[in-house]
Amino acid sequence: MPALSFQSVSKTYPAKSQGSASLKALDGVSFDIEEGEFFGLLGPNGAGKTTLISILAGLSRASSGRVLVHGHDVQFDYAQARRLLGVVPQELVFDPFFSVREALQIQSGYFGVKHNEDWIDELLTSLGLGDKANANMRQLSGGMKRRVLVAQALVHKPRVIVLDEPTAGVDVELRQTLWQFIAKLNKQGHTVLLTTHYLEEAEALCGRLAMLKQGRVVALETTSELLKSASSNVLRFKVDAELPAELAAKARVTGRIVQFPAQNAIEIEQYLAAVRQAGLKAEDVEIRKADLEDVFLQVMSGAAA
Amino acid sequence: MNGWQTLFYKEVLRFWKVSFQTIAAPVLTAVLYMLIFGHVLENHVKVYDSVPYTAFLVPGLVMMSVLQNAFANSSSSLIQSKIMGNLVFVLLTPLSHWSWFFAYVASSMTRGLAVGCGVFLVTGWFTPLHYEAPLWILVFAVLGAALLGALGLVAGLWAEKFDQLAAFQNFVIVPMTFLSGVFYSIHSLPTFWQQLSHLNPFFYMIDGFRFGFFGQSDVSPWISLAVVGSALLLVSAVTVKLLQSGYKIRN
Repeated sequence: MPALSFQSVSKTYPAKSQGSASLKALDGVSFDIEEGEFFGLLGPNGAGKTTLISILAGLSRASSGRVLVHGHDVQFDYAQARRLLGVVPQELVFDPFFSVREALQIQSGYFGVKHNEDWIDELLTSLGLGDKANANMRQLSGGMKRRVLVAQALVHKPRVIVLDEPTAGVDVELRQTLWQFIAKLNKQGHTVLLTTHYLEEAEALCGRLAMLKQGRVVALETTSELLKSASSNVLRFKVDAELPAELAAKARVTGRIVQFPAQNAIEIEQYLAAVRQAGLKAEDVEIRKADLEDVFLQVMSGAAA
Repeated sequence: MNGWQTLFYKEVLRFWKVSFQTIAAPVLTAVLYMLIFGHVLENHVKVYDSVPYTAFLVPGLVMMSVLQNAFANSSSSLIQSKIMGNLVFVLLTPLSHWSWFFAYVASSMTRGLAVGCGVFLVTGWFTPLHYEAPLWILVFAVLGAALLGALGLVAGLWAEKFDQLAAFQNFVIVPMTFLSGVFYSIHSLPTFWQQLSHLNPFFYMIDGFRFGFFGQSDVSPWISLAVVGSALLLVSAVTVKLLQSGYKIRN
């Protein structure tokens, strides 16, 4: 039995006013995640990642289709499903009335977990919150609040951990601490579902990936297969002036840096020749292996689906 | 503690941590009402022929404080959690709609009754009171607090902004409590207003509560019990249904 099963999940938001079209946030999304996987859910803003996670977590309801957590339907068998889920929400929310320890004790209580002090202490230590245990939530920095959110999601030792953009606006130190801890939990058998905009993170951590575009799954593969499917090389160089439009359309341009996906040496030569013909000078030329960001852009532009 | 008890405990802790604002302030307000109205009207108004005005006023003020604070607790807690976004911590839990209902209503009752006790202790000190039927006092205090706690839950679920909640409080709850006979016996009103008062469920809560003190009231306490009990059942049913459907909290 898969840890998570999304079965033809659709979500339509009704039209806000007369005349405006209703919004289809999810359109028949289906895939399974096996127990113990570290799974990444990728897609541009508005692709439906957070909607899908909200439906999984019971914060929203699917218009059709269903979601199962270890076989428990998230709507009809919600109590069992939610006991198995630990969700780190995307928004940096907190309850200003309580200290860190109180927040964690209360969260344990909601799940009916008693005598949880040992695990709470372990969470505090592992997430670098040891010296903040008795601080009020209001006094914490954004990064510290994010750590508490992670701890709150884990108080009941859920079998499935869901992280929705956990590293958005987070410093390097916390990212390291967080990923070490989550990787450890994953090794112990916890299933992890992650959404992130940091594709390097997804490439490093996730064994398998799904990519969403406009509410549909456009790629579903192991990370290594996805990387293989991409053009094998990338030509990267810097230019002083703007590229001609027909060249720029094929490239990934970041300020002065230009990157072309290229299959082989002939293509690379052609690109460099085209740049020279345009009267531009390529500097710091290098050729590297395609990474997940290249794959992502290819998939999203419809080159591979 | 199991799930709903934890939510109850958290809700009590929430108002207790700011008890100066949630308990002391409403007690002071009620005492000011009593000092001012009692001073102005003591020698001019006698109710039920024998009850001095200040003694008449005290149960009304106690009940009004119970009702307003029970409402304020669940409604303000919910709207704050919705706007701050931290309601998500409860939404992610396996707690059922019944757990939500009992936890929010019971904590609102705790706040309402705590304020009521405070008002009672302070105002009772100024005037001798009788306790003709203490059980009625208890019954109406508990039912009234539960009804307003549930009503606060409905308002808190419905409101999306603080000003919507404030409108509900200022244009529904406050007029209904003020026009329910806190400050007067409705027998002193013209017939039309007397009849209108009979349509106000708050009137029955205060009238029944007052019966417990004086053994006299505008209507029989049994009628009041029937009205208040039915209103509580109706509002509770609506509340539980809204919670079950995830009205405005699980879009």
